[in-house]
Amino acid sequence: MGEKADVWQGTLALMVLKTLETMGAQHGYGIARRIEQVSDNQLSLNYGTLYPALLKLEQEGAIASEWGVSENNRKAKFYKLTRAGRKQLEREAKGWEQTKAIVARFLSPAEEA
Amino acid sequence: MKKLRVLWMRLGGVFSVRQENDEFDAEIASHLQMHIDDNQRAGMSPVEARRDALVKLGGVEQTRQAYRERRGLPWMETLAQDFRFALRMLAKSPGFTAVAIATLALGVGANTALFSVVNGVLLHPLPYPHAEELVTVHASKQNFAEGSISYLNFRDWQRDNTTLAALAVSRGTGFSLTGMGDAEEMRGELVSSDFFPLLGVKPVIGRLFAPHEDEIGREPLAMISEGFWQRKFGSRPDALGKVLTLDGRNYTIVGVLPANFSLAVGNFRAADIYVPIGQFRNPALNERAAGLGIHGIARLKPRVTFEQAQADMQQVSERLEREYPEEDKDIRAKLIPFQYAMVRDVKPLLLILMGAVGFVLLIACVNIANLLLVRSNARAQEFALRSALGARRGRLLRQLLTESLMLSLAGGLLGLLLASWGTRVILQLLPQAMPRAADVHMSGTVLGFTLLVSLAAGTLFGLMPGLKLFRQDLQGALKDGGRGTSGARQRTQNWLVIFQMATTLVLLAGAGLMIRSLEKLSRVDTGFQPHGVMTFGMEASPSLMGAGQDATRAYLREAHARIAAAPGVEAVSFSWAALPMNSDDEQLFWLEGEPKPQNENAMHWAIRYLVEPGYLKAMGIPLLKGRFLAEGDDEHAPRAVVIDDVFAKKFFGNEDPIGKRVFLEQFDDAATVVGVVGHVNQWGLDNDAVNPLRAELYQAMMQMPEQQLGLVPMGMDVVVRSKYDPTTAFQGVRKAITQMNHEQVVYNPQTMDSVIGDTLAGRRFSMILLAAFAGTALLLASIGMYGVISYLVAQHAREIGVRMALGADRGDVFRWVLTRGGRLAAWGALTGVVAALGLTQVMARFSSLLYGVHAYDPWTLAGVILLLMAVALAACYLPARRAMRIDPMRVLRTE
Repeated sequence: MGEKADVWQGTLALMVLKTLETMGAQHGYGIARRIEQVSDNQLSLNYGTLYPALLKLEQEGAIASEWGVSENNRKAKFYKLTRAGRKQLEREAKGWEQTKAIVARFLSPAEEA
Repeated sequence: MKKLRVLWMRLGGVFSVRQENDEFDAEIASHLQMHIDDNQRAGMSPVEARRDALVKLGGVEQTRQAYRERRGLPWMETLAQDFRFALRMLAKSPGFTAVAIATLALGVGANTALFSVVNGVLLHPLPYPHAEELVTVHASKQNFAEGSISYLNFRDWQRDNTTLAALAVSRGTGFSLTGMGDAEEMRGELVSSDFFPLLGVKPVIGRLFAPHEDEIGREPLAMISEGFWQRKFGSRPDALGKVLTLDGRNYTIVGVLPANFSLAVGNFRAADIYVPIGQFRNPALNERAAGLGIHGIARLKPRVTFEQAQADMQQVSERLEREYPEEDKDIRAKLIPFQYAMVRDVKPLLLILMGAVGFVLLIACVNIANLLLVRSNARAQEFALRSALGARRGRLLRQLLTESLMLSLAGGLLGLLLASWGTRVILQLLPQAMPRAADVHMSGTVLGFTLLVSLAAGTLFGLMPGLKLFRQDLQGALKDGGRGTSGARQRTQNWLVIFQMATTLVLLAGAGLMIRSLEKLSRVDTGFQPHGVMTFGMEASPSLMGAGQDATRAYLREAHARIAAAPGVEAVSFSWAALPMNSDDEQLFWLEGEPKPQNENAMHWAIRYLVEPGYLKAMGIPLLKGRFLAEGDDEHAPRAVVIDDVFAKKFFGNEDPIGKRVFLEQFDDAATVVGVVGHVNQWGLDNDAVNPLRAELYQAMMQMPEQQLGLVPMGMDVVVRSKYDPTTAFQGVRKAITQMNHEQVVYNPQTMDSVIGDTLAGRRFSMILLAAFAGTALLLASIGMYGVISYLVAQHAREIGVRMALGADRGDVFRWVLTRGGRLAAWGALTGVVAALGLTQVMARFSSLLYGVHAYDPWTLAGVILLLMAVALAACYLPARRAMRIDPMRVLRTE
């Protein structure tokens, strides 16, 4: 399966936001599993690092949390996007697209020479 | 905005730690539970499932740590931790804490108190718009660097200058106020119209004097102070237009000056009554050469420098000299910046005291540093243990600093209390003449200063033991339980003690020199017997004004007789010119046989005393030759004068002065010298010997020219020698005078003893403060010495025990300890002497504080060295006794 990629600084927040947008309210464990699944198990994610990231987003007002009950009847803390979070996601996704395009241009074989 | 929100939430996180910890633990638990459920569902054994969940999470403790760091503000948490820990540590040793805080409070308090004086007097800006443009103006002339300006010169200077926005003059005076209750002597100022507008002072009600209203021969107008307005008119606006009867003349009130106008600069002092300068009733007002005590203030035009204005005024006075070569010979305008004019006498004094008090604080800091060092030695193990457990050194240093800063802030706070009390004490000790005393109070600047000083002190003495930490041998400290590496630490402490001793010696030397100066001054011969002598001012009823010379003479004789008859009075004399250490006056003259000088500047000068025959006895002046003025020296007798020995020596050399004749400027006929008396100290104990004008000449009051004699009852001095105490004597005299006429005013009574005391007030003030500072320093330094020697004894208890076991007797041990302390003190004294020689030099050069002693006065230096050594050895006594009582058996057993 080769080496797993580390999660880049700053991209974790974007992944969390996107996950919450797609799935709606979700608890930390669920988010972690979802990120792993989406990345097709190619990311090495320490689940623990997710919690400070969630806390940061909550402090910034991008997400809100409340206690609820999981699908298997476990008590769990659920996070959901706020309106500000949606905007932040939009902004960061756009920024990411741009970065990706720029880097891609550098890496693609030079056509004009 | 987002950043702010995050900071706010994190700040919140700092304070709700416990609750959030619980919540996070619950979240992690639920996370793990869900993961384990999943794993088991996927077929793992429960143990395996749990292990996998924990691994994937990355460790519960690490997660918790990362989460915690994100949640609160980590540095604030450690700060709070340090703070709590420091509080606990300080509370654990209350003795140390109390001593440290008290020491600091003393140092900070003294510094703050003195700084609030310095701030008010030297730093605080003057309360006038563009005060930097203000100057005082004088006429420099022969014998007077800052002499008075004649009215006519003032008018010409005012007209001719090109650099001054305005020039105004003033002259202090006294008025007898009648027609409003009892007759009262009021202080007043004669001012020109520009005086108040120049300063930017606005009247409370009414108006200021208008231009030209200050000229000679105009309507008598007056302005009054707000206090006087309130006292006499109940602050009613109808005071405007009312009439004040001053010296029997009616002045119409036109305005009231605000209560906050309290200017004191040059010769001007804020007063209750102001009248235009043109109302000055001295016939000499219109004489260009007259010196009538008129001085000026001016405002420079914007963007004109002080030098430009001085040069301009120089030109103006030179032009006048060409125009009036006799009257204006050598007369030049002299400008002095306002602020400098106000504080020049006290500035060096205050700066020296500020330096001294800075030393005291330094000594206090060293003391606390020493205490902290001793403590940090005792805590070496604690710190070693903590760094072995992973505490970074910066972290330990920060904790030490937190402790010392808390100490210093507590000390500063207490010091502030001390200072608010100390400032009042200083203000009370202050010589009356201290300018701007009203501006001295606690202000934001002073509080800022205190805070800064406390923080600086805390850092200083906290850092010292802290830095030692970096050099600490960790293993050593752990191994021998805090006793190792004491050699280096003891050395630092020794240096600190030497430094303290040296600094203390400098302060002691300064105070010692002041004490010696004062002692020398107190032995300066005044030339008269001040004890039992009292002087006061007296003003006759205004009805006597212009009554003619016979009436005046009759009045003077009656008043004299009544005062002489008052109980206890032994001798009495009126005086109308100079009075020793009180007021001065000059007589211009030439000797018989000399050609009559062309102008006044070519004449000789002497100090003039216009007195009655009783003066010699009243003042207790020794008669050296011939006779003193007598009753017979009156208007019918030939003109007689008495001179002092300085006069005799200066003008007659070795010839017998009796029978010599001199021409006094105001008379056509010659006067004969009938006697020689001892020189009287005119200019004050410390200044008389160096004053260029010392020759003294006495004339009989009854032989005064008619015009001047008429002015005498309008304000003369009375000198009385009484065998009663001053208060009783004055009551008797006042009763006698009031019985004679109810409209007479008696004012400003003072004893000659207090007059002489006042001339030394400035010195006494600085002597008391310096001595207090030096005493504090000595106390602190001896505490420091005591601490270090006690520590030495404790550290060497084993060694001492062994020595005693090997046969050293107790005397040896006692001497050994004293030698150790004595050596430190001696080194300190040696270093201190070198520093003192330099610093007292500065004290001598930049102030006139020293009198009759050299900055390197060997007796003073020897005295303070002895004192310092004695105190240092006394401080070693207790520890030395303790060393003597060490029981060798017990010490060796505990090994």
